[in-house]
Parts: sequence; structure tokens; C-alpha cells
Amino acid sequence: MFEIFGIPSQALFGQLLIGLINGSFYALLSLGLAVIFGMLNIINFAHGAQYMLGAFTAFFLLQYAGLNYWFALIVAPIVIGFVGVVIERLFLQWLYKLDHLYGLLLTFGLALIIEGTFRNFFGSSGLPYRVPDALQGGRNLGFMFLPNYRAWVVAFSLVICLGTWFLIERTKLGSYLRAATENPTLVRAFGINVPRMITLTYGFGVGLAALAGVMAAPIYNVSPQMGAELIIVVFAVVVIGGMGSIMGAIVTGFGLGVIEGLTKVFFPEASNTVIFVIMAIVLLVRPAGLFGRRA
Amino acid sequence: MMKRLLGYTALAVALSCGTALAQTTVKIGVLSDMSGLYADLGGAGSTAAAKLAADDFMKTHKDIKVEFVTGDHQNKPDVGSQIANQWFDREGVDMIVDVPNSGVALAVSGVAASKNKVFIGSGPASSDLTGAKCNANTVHWTYDTWMLANGTGKAIVKTGGDTWFFLTSDYAFGHALERDTAAVVEKNGGKVVGKVRHPLNTSDFSSFLLQAQASKAKVIGLANAGGDTINSIKQAAEFGIVKGGQSLAGLLVFSTDVASLGLPVAQGLVLTGTWYWDQTDANRAWTKRWQAERNASGKIPTMVQAGVYAGTLHYLKAVAALKSAKDGKAVVAEMKKLPTDDPLFGKGTIRADGRKLHNAYLYEVKKPSESKGPGDFYKVRATIPADEAFRPLKDGGCSLVKG
Repeated sequence: MFEIFGIPSQALFGQLLIGLINGSFYALLSLGLAVIFGMLNIINFAHGAQYMLGAFTAFFLLQYAGLNYWFALIVAPIVIGFVGVVIERLFLQWLYKLDHLYGLLLTFGLALIIEGTFRNFFGSSGLPYRVPDALQGGRNLGFMFLPNYRAWVVAFSLVICLGTWFLIERTKLGSYLRAATENPTLVRAFGINVPRMITLTYGFGVGLAALAGVMAAPIYNVSPQMGAELIIVVFAVVVIGGMGSIMGAIVTGFGLGVIEGLTKVFFPEASNTVIFVIMAIVLLVRPAGLFGRRA
Repeated sequence: MMKRLLGYTALAVALSCGTALAQTTVKIGVLSDMSGLYADLGGAGSTAAAKLAADDFMKTHKDIKVEFVTGDHQNKPDVGSQIANQWFDREGVDMIVDVPNSGVALAVSGVAASKNKVFIGSGPASSDLTGAKCNANTVHWTYDTWMLANGTGKAIVKTGGDTWFFLTSDYAFGHALERDTAAVVEKNGGKVVGKVRHPLNTSDFSSFLLQAQASKAKVIGLANAGGDTINSIKQAAEFGIVKGGQSLAGLLVFSTDVASLGLPVAQGLVLTGTWYWDQTDANRAWTKRWQAERNASGKIPTMVQAGVYAGTLHYLKAVAALKSAKDGKAVVAEMKKLPTDDPLFGKGTIRADGRKLHNAYLYEVKKPSESKGPGDFYKVRATIPADEAFRPLKDGGCSLVKG
């Protein structure tokens, strides 16, 4: 066994894999943000709260309806996505013509209200949620013990990420969407209902956040502030990847997960900061982000 | 809440009109984490506990009127000391109680000393409050890092857990807890093989757990609290740490954390505490009152909230004896002189360095099959008598002791 920077290679491989797994959460969340920003030009600060709502919905489904994780994986994104649709119809649709800042402030306010309400009713220490029975346990890869649930998380989020990228960048529906952001009037002239498409896109982005929330419930503490802690990092990921770039969000999500994982080995105290340091450097060198389209 | 406020006002009006009684007004500030990770173990529950203490006290001392303010320190020492300054300078607050988060508590303790007011810490853990950073205006009530380390650390080393790896929260509290536990482990013949310091509020511990796993230490000591402890334990179960032969030592685990983990994940965890709601009849009776005050029947109080009640009650007794709350040093000296006696912690004393002494208990989290209902979490494994539970007076390095 050889060593890299004084760390046994086995441990290093383990950390790389762990980083990749954490990156899959960043990727899923930043993907939703990128979709919403790319298509609606809204900086969705309520994304963390919507992620938290996904995790809580999973808890409610199990606790009060007896529906397990697999149902939650389907039901929660639909329910919370619908909540997103309502938010878009009630509030966001009035803001498209205004500066980005208004959307940011509105969604930030919504996030505070949602999180405060949940804290009031459920406290701050969190609710229990277990790993589903089918994914209990794990396997020994030789260099590390990989819990089955984590393997599932990384595989499933890769599928979702690539599926979303394909949907938006490679299908006809996606091309309508992209066209609608460029020139809504022209797209409407072709007989496409642009406002409805935008509404559904927001719902889809919110659904992605809820999906990430359900996936996080068995391994992270399900508490009202779980999203607030993550959202800032995810925004940094989106900025580094380039606002609105789908592939950028996915690649940077996974990449930064790995970098953060390595920081946890070499300089754990800085693991919360490293992503922001990278963000500052990227903004200096490439203000539009690594994959940004608009320079 | 509103009703109670009206009640206080009515009481005050009745007292001030009716008689020529010389009224002493005491203003208490409950400074806690009202919205963050420690809000459940302190927060609004601490405010409720302090009000219960005032209610009980005013029944027998009609000449003293107790008023409250509450504040949210957001786990930031600068915010905490700013609120403390404002309360002492402008709002006439005589005493600040609770303050979970050792970093904030150390700051507030300093402010209380400089303004000659009183600080009663129930939430904070760092044993430095009655050690190197002690002062004559501070009483540390419920627990501290030395006591946690001594209770849990000793018990685990004695049952064969002699090599340790620490997962430490990277601020004053975590450092103190790690230092105190490491000292206990080494004193009892154990060895610390490694440690890693993580930022406060980390959601993913898998990387740190992997390092702990690789260290081959028999025991992984969790020198963290609240959500960080919950996430560490939850993920340790996922990574098969316990199945792989390593055991976890939760150095600071509150009943709210156990509730959040659920017994299937938390079972078998050994922890040290000074108060558990289901331990005595008096505790259960108080729990009912606390739930009624909070209007939350499902919630169970933590030892921090119990400590806020007991500390406030004892403080008020000292104020009554002096008939004034103005001189903080004098009140604290009186608190140290009077023996403590309350329904939750029983009889006890406060030492010269400000340390409150009472029994500590080694608890074990029940298996789901042993638990009779919600909140039925612990069984008592051992009682650590008050004189052994806390750091010996001479070892703390507190200047009040030498002088």
C-alpha cells in the first residue's frame, strides 16, 4: 500500500468516494436551482426550505400514513412540487419583469416563514427517520465499508441529474423551454402556453429539492434548519458552476463534494470554508462561472 | 403567555396599591438559543422553567416581584455579549440565566462580572467557567465538561474501552470536552490514538467517521452536541461502526437528542447527566407543570431546563435574604452561603469557584422493547455522588480559590 501526502491510499480512495456521495446531494440541489434560474431567472432562496419540506413529508408519510421511503420518493416531490406551483402562481409570476433581487428577497422571506413555522411546531432537534429495510447494511469494498444506502444515493442522483440534463438539453420539450427563456413572445406565437410551462418548470425544480430532501432523511438529521445549513453551500456550487448551466451544476456539485471530502482529511477545520474560497477564486478568474454561458 | 403576563401585572398592581410593603423588583433575562440547534434543549423551554421558579417563589415571598426578558443569542458570542450589555446597562436586568453554547456563556460571564451582575449558566458545558475563567459573579449549575468526561469516560475505560478517537466540535465547548475526557482516559490507563475537529453544524460526518474507523480505536468519543451529535450517531449506525466492534461514547447527549434519533438507533448508548424527567416523582410532577406552562404535552424537559428552574429559584432565595438584587457579587456570595434545596436536584451546595454540586448519573438508552412509551428513554446504570461527580476544587485553577 502506498501513501499520498502521508495518507494511506486506501483511506484516500474511501474519502474520494464519500466526497462523491456528498457531492450527489450538492448536484441534485444545485441542479434544481440551475433549472429555476436558467428558465425563470429567479434566484430561488426557498430551495433549502423546500428540501427540508421534502424530508418532513417523508417523515409525515411514514408516521401518519404508514407509507414507506419508496412511496415518499415519489409522493413527496409531487406534493412539494405542487406547493411550488402554488407559490409560483401566487407570488413569483409577478416578479419576472423586475430585477433578480425581488425574487431573491421574496423566496428568502418564504424560506424564513416556512422554517420558522416548522420550528414552532416540531422543535429544532429533529425527527427520527430510518434507512429503509431493503438498503440496510453495506458491503466491504476492501478500502472502505460502503453502506448500501449511500451507494443507492449516488447511483440514483446520477440518474436523476443526467435525466434532467437530457430532458432540457436534448428533447423537444427542453428546446421549447430554452426558447421560451430566450424569447417568450416568439414561442407564444407558435401556440405554446409559455406561462404554464414556466409554472411547471418551477414545480419541477422544487420537486427536485424535495426529492433530495427525501434522500437525505435517513442519513441527515430531519430538522427545520437542515436546508438553511445546506443552501448557502449549494448557492456557492451554482455560482462556481455558472448560474443557470445544467451540466455546470451537476459537474461542480460532484466535484466540490470530492474537494470538500479531501479537505475533511487534510484540514478538517476548513471543510466548511473551502467551497467559498474556491468560489472567490473562480469569480475572480471566470466571473460567469466554470460553465457559464453568458460571459 | 399573555394571561400570565396579565397575571403578573395584576399581582404587581395589587401589591403596590394595597399595602406599604417594600417591594423589591428583580429582573431576570433568559438568554438562550431560541432558534438554532440548541433551541430544544434550552430555548423557550428554559423561559418556561424560569417562570415556574418565579411562580413558586412569589407564592411565599409576596414582597418580591419578578420580571422577565428573553433573548436569542444565535450561538454567536458577539450577539450574546451585546444583548447582555444592553440588558444590564439599559433594561435593568439583574441576572442572566441559561446560555447554552460555551462560547457565548464565557462572553456573557465576563460581561456579568464587569457590570457586577449575576450569571447562572445552565446550558453551557465548558468547565472553564468555574476553572481558569471563573469569576465571583458566575454560578455554573447543571453540568460541565469535566463531569461528563469523568462520568462517561471513566465508565467506558473501566469496561475495556481503552483506546479513543475523538470527533470534536471545533469551538470552546468541544475543545474543553475533548481535553477533559482525554485526561480522564489517560488517567485511567487508556490512550488517545487520534482526533478530528469538525466545524459546528456539520451535516455529513461520514468522512470523519471513516477516519475514526481507520484509527482502529475501540471507542469513538463524540465531543460535540445537539444536531452534530445526532448526525454523528445516525451516520455511525449507517457505516456499521458499532457492528464493526467500535463503540460510540456520546459525551454530551440530551434527552431531546435521543428523541430525535429514535431508540432503534440510540439504544445502548451510555451517557452522563444530572437530571432525567422520569427518575423521581418530583421530577415527573414538575414535568407535568412544565408541559402545561409550555402548552406542549408531548415534549419532555432536559436537564438544562431543570437547571434553569433550580438555579433561578436559588437565586431568588439569595435575593430575598439580602432584600436586594443590585450587588451581583453579594448575591452570588449569598447563593454560595445558603445550602441549595429544590425539588429537582435535591439538597446541594455551591462551591467557592461557582460550581453547583449535586449527584450525576450514568444512564443507558433503553432498547425499543424496554421502553413503555414516548419519553421513556433511560435506565440508571450508576449514581456518581456529588463529591466525586465534579472536578476537585483545587484542580480547577480558579483564582477565587487561591485568594
